[in-house]
Amino acid sequence: MSAGSRLALLLPAFWLLLFVGAPLLIVLEISFSEVISAIPPYAPVLRWGEEGLRIALNPENYALLIGDDLYIHSLLSSIRIAATSTFLALLVGLPIAHGIARAAPRHRPWLLLLVILPFWTSFLIRVYAWIGILKTEGILNTVLLTAGLIREPFVILTTEWAVHLGIVYAYLPFMVLPLAVALERIDPAFREAAADLGARGWSIFFRVTLPLARTGIAAGCLLVFIPAVGEFVIPDLLGGPGTPMIGKAMWTEFFGNRDWPVASALAIVMLVLAAGGILALDRVQRRSGEGLS
Amino acid sequence: MGAVPHWHASPPAAPAPTPTLPHAAREGGSGLTSLVSITGLSKRYGPVTAVDAVDLEIARGEFLALLGPSGSGKTSLLRLLAGFETPDAGRIVLDGQDVARTPPYDRPVNMVFQAYALFPHLSVAKNVAFGLEMEKRPRAEIESRVAEALKLVELEALAGRRPDQLSGGQRQRVAIARAVVKRPKLLLLDEPLSALDRRLRERTRAELKDLQARLGLTFVMVTHDQDEAMAVASRIAVLNHGRIAQMGPPAEVFDRPADRFVAEFLGDCNLLEAEVLAPDRVRLRGEAIELLVRPMDRPAGAAVTLALRPGKILLGPDGRNMLNASVESIEYLGDLSRLTVRVGAATRLVLTQVNRAGPLPAVGDGLFLTLPPETLVALPA
Amino acid sequence: MRKANSPLGLTGMTLGFVFLYLPIVLLVIGSFNAGKAVNVWSGWSLHWYAQAFRNEQLVAALWVSLQVGVAAASIATLIGTAGAFALTRLPKFHGRGAFRLGLLTPLVIPEVILGLSLLLLFVRLDLDRGIGTVILAHATFGAAYVAVVVHSRLSTFDRALEEAAMDLGATPMRAFFKVTLPIVLPAVLAGWLLAFTLSLDDLVIASFTSGPGATTLPQRLYGQVRLGVSPEINAVSTLLILGVTILVIGASLVSKQRNAS
Repeated sequence: MSAGSRLALLLPAFWLLLFVGAPLLIVLEISFSEVISAIPPYAPVLRWGEEGLRIALNPENYALLIGDDLYIHSLLSSIRIAATSTFLALLVGLPIAHGIARAAPRHRPWLLLLVILPFWTSFLIRVYAWIGILKTEGILNTVLLTAGLIREPFVILTTEWAVHLGIVYAYLPFMVLPLAVALERIDPAFREAAADLGARGWSIFFRVTLPLARTGIAAGCLLVFIPAVGEFVIPDLLGGPGTPMIGKAMWTEFFGNRDWPVASALAIVMLVLAAGGILALDRVQRRSGEGLS
Repeated sequence: MGAVPHWHASPPAAPAPTPTLPHAAREGGSGLTSLVSITGLSKRYGPVTAVDAVDLEIARGEFLALLGPSGSGKTSLLRLLAGFETPDAGRIVLDGQDVARTPPYDRPVNMVFQAYALFPHLSVAKNVAFGLEMEKRPRAEIESRVAEALKLVELEALAGRRPDQLSGGQRQRVAIARAVVKRPKLLLLDEPLSALDRRLRERTRAELKDLQARLGLTFVMVTHDQDEAMAVASRIAVLNHGRIAQMGPPAEVFDRPADRFVAEFLGDCNLLEAEVLAPDRVRLRGEAIELLVRPMDRPAGAAVTLALRPGKILLGPDGRNMLNASVESIEYLGDLSRLTVRVGAATRLVLTQVNRAGPLPAVGDGLFLTLPPETLVALPA
Repeated sequence: MRKANSPLGLTGMTLGFVFLYLPIVLLVIGSFNAGKAVNVWSGWSLHWYAQAFRNEQLVAALWVSLQVGVAAASIATLIGTAGAFALTRLPKFHGRGAFRLGLLTPLVIPEVILGLSLLLLFVRLDLDRGIGTVILAHATFGAAYVAVVVHSRLSTFDRALEEAAMDLGATPMRAFFKVTLPIVLPAVLAGWLLAFTLSLDDLVIASFTSGPGATTLPQRLYGQVRLGVSPEINAVSTLLILGVTILVIGASLVSKQRNAS
């Protein structure tokens, strides 16, 4: 191995050990520590005493997570909200992806650019844009009231509806891109063969097109679901007290209660959860020959 | 015995060419004329032995084709010569120097890649100049040598183009110019014609041969196409399972295959099981047919396989080894016809004949065949 | 035969794009509203833009974000490109799986975890939190994105080109700089741009890792958004969207032109 190649390996390897590996180990360590009034506000787990290394593992943070309904509730609620949002994103994303896959080849790059462009614009701004639309004296209510469709303004902001809407909106490009790629790859001859054998429009779509696009569907769903579970900005800005999510709970423990050990324990729980999703994503991508191999 | 067919056999298309003597003479010389001398070269990839203890001498100025099916080790051998692979054992002596462990950028060897590997971000001239820039040659020298190389391949007019603006044939010529501009001692060509369509390929074959003669360079070409190898090379090395099965001038390898593999790989071949009666006589197994063959060094009673090219069989009684045959099937191929005939009780032979004016024989017709003894080669069974 | 879009399919796609762009369009229109209320149109005005430029805190935050973005994207490009190169070009090395996992981790774990873990590291290392720590944090997740973009280009790259360079006398190092890098450069630049915009956009990780005096633009905007909708934020958002759109479209046009020439 030449000097250049060695550098190409060692530089990122060193960086990853320092800024990815070590921090996660520290989170794991502090999740077993005790909260104290100090700076930093936790008791060290590993201590050099007179009789050598002393390890003071404190499992109480995890006991608290299991014992307190609040955390279990926010965890389950995160998973539920992420799952339903993923399904809704699939419903909204399929027609877009299908349209792109069927568009004339010279239009396709532009349509894909239209899908990607919002992804380049600020996430925060895109979520903020919905506040003006959804709030009680916002654009949506004004339009509906003026049109005479409703008599009283809707309360949407600060509800779970708004959180769902925000997640679908913010993560839609992640759903559409793998779907469009998968749908585009399907040889039109399969649809023609199905039609030749007597299948009609919708049954071709459900019995041939969708099954052939299943790796794209799986990839899109995981790409939306994994970040949605740990989402903080959307529930914070669009949700309310009735929409607890685990990312928000962790943020509150850290910044609000200054309880670093419980925040760390929550992070470990989220990490385990995310790892499951990531492993699934990895399998899907390997099968379709994409991703880092 | 059936009637003599009214469709008369044409004379043989061409007499079997004798081995070209000049090359044979050159090979026979001492190590002085040898440019590359490979001894005991081996390369393994895990459990697979790609190159298996190969010995090979490459003479100065020759055009050697490494011919074999995929997985025969021909490409590995070429990559070992180029320096992209390091051998597990053996020596590659190039012009008196062992280069087996020299990296590719320090070897006086250049390569024309299979899909040409032209740098897409550089113009034609810049591609050709690349190797000279690596040698840190003076600007003026680079310019004049690039111009000379482009003139050689008749691409002066396209010097400013990008590779993706060229046709397949032009790209191949750029790849050749880029390699020869370095004045290598040895030019390697990895399936140089496979990326071209068939008509262009045949024309380019002649150009390649002509170029090699003009430059006086030593060429080593890898190919899986036996027609291509025979058309351009002065010598062919047939590879199988990492070993050289046979090496010699094209006509020799074609007419006198050393074993069954070579016989079958270089075009169609009739293979007949037989028993040796005398050094120049055999009897076909299971038949009462005795044939005169090319003299061999086998004891009487030994089992051998006879190799006989379909094009060497003559129609009509014409000397020794005459046989009665009946036509089983005919394929019309335009210039040629391919006939499958039965001789004796159960022996099938395939033969090809040039189509001339006049009717073709029909299925079921009886014919006389002549198998010229010098074209019947005994192989180890 | 390729079946073109049916009217139903076309409607579905169009509605999807309306959903994607309508909120942004409304946000942009709102920035030109003379009045403060979102649901009342009081005429066109550039008033809120003028006010945004006079807001020293916002301008300072933008300056911090730009510095962080450029520095973090540049470090991320170096590390991400090296990582992608190590994965595609080096012979299978020990710990390759762990290396790949580490490179991808920042891409897939929730931002709150990345932010928290990096903060805890900086506390442990006794690093003062400020612009430097945000740069390190953003470089870490930016490197993951750069690695993905460059990796996908490198893995479709014809190895014969590098062999040809070495065959013509280039050492592996020179082959990389003369052949590999120029060819994958568009992907490297795209990776830089991605890392830059992600850094410009990030709220969560910056909230954990920045300190006093190093408030980034998203942090400042977040603080104001929590206080309620204001056309001033719409104006800043519109400018940001415009800037990024010009950057992205410009970059894609440049790369198209390079390919065409």
